[in-house]
Amino acid sequence: MSHLGGPLDTSGMLAVGPPGGPLRARGRPRTAVRSTLVAVVSTVVVFGILVWITVNAPGWAEVQVSFFNATVFTNAFPDIVAAFSLNIQLFAIAEVLILVLALALAVFRSLPGPVFFPLRFLATIYADIFRAVPGVLVIYILGFGIPGLGLPGIPTDPFPYAVIALTLIYSAYVSEVYRAGIESVHPSQEAAARSLGLSRLQALRYVILPQAVRRVIPPLLNDFIGLQKDTVLVSYIGVVEIFRQSQITQQAKFNYTPYMATALVFIAVTIPLARLTDILVSRDRRRAAASAR
Amino acid sequence: MGGEGSRGAAPAATTPALVVEGVHKSFGQLEVLAGIDLTVAQHEVVCLIGASGSGKSTLLRCVNLLEPLDAGRIVVAGEDICAPGVDVNRVRRRIGIVFQAFNLFPHMSVLDNVTLAPRKVLHLAPAEATTRALALLERFGLADKQREFPDRLSGGQQQRVAIVRALAMEPGLLLLDEVTSALDPELVAEVLAVIRELARGGMTMLIATHEMGFARDIANRVCFLDAGRILEDGPPEQMFRAPRAERTQRFLQRVMEAGRL
Ligand SMILES: Nc1ncnc2c1ncn2[C@@H]1O[C@H](COP(=O)(O)OP(=O)(O)O)[C@@H](O)[C@H]1O
Ligand SMILES: [Mg+2]
Repeated sequence: MSHLGGPLDTSGMLAVGPPGGPLRARGRPRTAVRSTLVAVVSTVVVFGILVWITVNAPGWAEVQVSFFNATVFTNAFPDIVAAFSLNIQLFAIAEVLILVLALALAVFRSLPGPVFFPLRFLATIYADIFRAVPGVLVIYILGFGIPGLGLPGIPTDPFPYAVIALTLIYSAYVSEVYRAGIESVHPSQEAAARSLGLSRLQALRYVILPQAVRRVIPPLLNDFIGLQKDTVLVSYIGVVEIFRQSQITQQAKFNYTPYMATALVFIAVTIPLARLTDILVSRDRRRAAASAR
Repeated sequence: MGGEGSRGAAPAATTPALVVEGVHKSFGQLEVLAGIDLTVAQHEVVCLIGASGSGKSTLLRCVNLLEPLDAGRIVVAGEDICAPGVDVNRVRRRIGIVFQAFNLFPHMSVLDNVTLAPRKVLHLAPAEATTRALALLERFGLADKQREFPDRLSGGQQQRVAIVRALAMEPGLLLLDEVTSALDPELVAEVLAVIRELARGGMTMLIATHEMGFARDIANRVCFLDAGRILEDGPPEQMFRAPRAERTQRFLQRVMEAGRL
């Protein structure tokens, strides 16, 4: 369920693809028709076999009743979709905070010279710790620990802790993505900017970061796909979001169909984002191949 | 505000544009500059020649404070720019540098490449910066390219934009580092023409180059750099016709054999 194992390898996404890639799709029509046909046939065969194995399995009858129950599905679906609005809020707020915090961390880590050592050091420690500790633990520690301190005026509602925990966890990964982007901008760009009299910060702001951010948009989107899914982890501290809601329904109905409904919701929102990422990646590859002429 | 104030007090006509004194620079064990002394007068054009790896680029980068010195002093228009407490950003404003690989900003249009520093460093109003940039682009035949991005330009056009970008800061000294070395042969001439035009206009320039014919035409003085030292320097006629040092002779011999002179 969790993506917290780490961000997808960004080096692959920044790499220049083979220039032949985009051309192949435009190959001779007869070859294209034939390969489409082969793809369709092999897909049908593979899935046919899988379905056949599943429905002929000895326990299929019970699984069908407890996972694919149409009545339960119809009854549970509105509640589940309604609960998903909380995931969307979590995701939307955390995403903005992550973009800002991660950028600050990445910039701190890229500042050269002994003066900035403390900032570099803190940012490094931060990334190390939050990538090391399993996300669920961060959520538990914040969600139960901070309110448990009993400090006056501190919120007892778990929602803010959920947002903070997701932000802290994901900023560590996203800062690495930004950093890869910053380091992929050739030092001659900074030299050119500085030689014109721009300060180090101006060079970063106007020359390096715009190029870096453009290059890391696809891996950033990938991390946000992970974040979207990981919003279910905050159900552990009592936020009644989509996963907790499906759990409630499951326990009431003694039926697992609500989980399937939840899965469907995630598929519906994630696939468009995944496709968008793919499109951006292949557009970048084409561009890189074109400029490497 | 703007160019005039930031250039500081106008140096007396006799103050050299650049004085390099005993400059040493090493990268680890490798001593690249082993005591460079060099003076460039106002409006003078000095060409640095020498084998690849002799330290030409390093010297230019040191003058622009892109590399810290190990020892020595650099004085620009009477101001010691290596003195403690000197604002490097202010110094670099007065010294333009153009690189072999152009180093244009790929995410910006030609116009934005040229106006970025005037806007952000000299704090010119955008309209003012644009007017000045367009005048410069016009002067070097690039006005119709103002909206293009660098990757849509030929190498020669890119390098001319890079020169215009440096000129937009109205530098008192322009450093050119093998600005034609990355160009296809048929594009070299347009860039050299720009530099000739600048020389006619009285721009003070220190030029590292492999174009010996060009150096002979344009330079007031040619310096031969060898193993981190200026082995020999003099007017181009003397340097190319009757070089004194044996190593200079051998270098020019090799250049001639390669058909570059
Ligand atoms: N940043 C650097 N780090 C290490 N060595 C360098 C660096 N810059 C230049 N060098 C070395 O210094 C020597 C002189 O280089 P350079 O100044 O570029 O020579 P030129 O421009 O005359 O060809 C070369 O041997 C080069 O490898
Ligand atoms: Mg060089």
